[in-house]
Amino acid sequence: MNGWSALERFLRTDPSDVGCAEAMELLHIYAELAAAGAPVEERYPGVAAHLRACGPCGEDFEGLLAAVRGEAH
Amino acid sequence: MTEQIAAVAGPDVDSAEWLRVLAGTGPQREEGLARLHALLLRIARAEVARRGPRLRLTGPELDDLAYQAAADALIAITSKLRGESRFTTWAYKFVIFEVSTKIGRHFWRHPTVPFDAEVWERLPDRFGFDPAREAEWRDLVVALRRAVDEELTTRQRRVFVALVLNGVPLDALVIELASNRNAIYKTLFDARRKLRAALAANGYIGDDGWRR
Repeated sequence: MNGWSALERFLRTDPSDVGCAEAMELLHIYAELAAAGAPVEERYPGVAAHLRACGPCGEDFEGLLAAVRGEAH
Repeated sequence: MTEQIAAVAGPDVDSAEWLRVLAGTGPQREEGLARLHALLLRIARAEVARRGPRLRLTGPELDDLAYQAAADALIAITSKLRGESRFTTWAYKFVIFEVSTKIGRHFWRHPTVPFDAEVWERLPDRFGFDPAREAEWRDLVVALRRAVDEELTTRQRRVFVALVLNGVPLDALVIELASNRNAIYKTLFDARRKLRAALAANGYIGDDGWRR
């Protein structure tokens, strides 16, 4: 990614982004559905938008997904 | 925008058993807490190991962080028992959050830069602009800097400087400002919106991208 696209991505905000508080509140449900292969981005588009934009929440989601998938194996 | 929880079925057998044991009393609950702690510690260790390569943390520090995260998650879980997903998924969420908080706190043991230092020469590098092509982006970066100065509130500017200019992790800034992740994110979200609007008003960017 070059500087132009990185800056454009940084400046772009999604009005449907629910923010950290709501994403964290729903994260266990979202991760469980994602692990099960459900169309989670369609069901929770605001959470999906947030997880794409927020590094820390995205990191928590990846960790929780790894934990859920690890437990399933 | 608020997203509601989809239809919630009753808990599965394992989750119902966790909820029953932890809501109880006596040796059975103690044994349940010990089992849950062991489970959380396993997840915390896996999570710090997953993030470890990107952190400046060594083996004993990572294990200490995992222990603290598991202990604090156990306290949070037992005070908020709910049944919207499998119990273990919900419980793992707490230990993942605790790992993030501990890593944020750890950042300040060895900070790379004061969170409020303003070295604006770093700005192009923060977005990965190629120094060899400075003639192409110089005006844009000057306009961005001007928008930070003229459009942002004091708090928005402070958060922008810490997170963007100085690369402070968001969870570390939360601790430094005695705030929470949601508030800091919202502050930066509003700042991003303002900066884009300022660059658009000055003809640098439109709906379909940059005006070069």
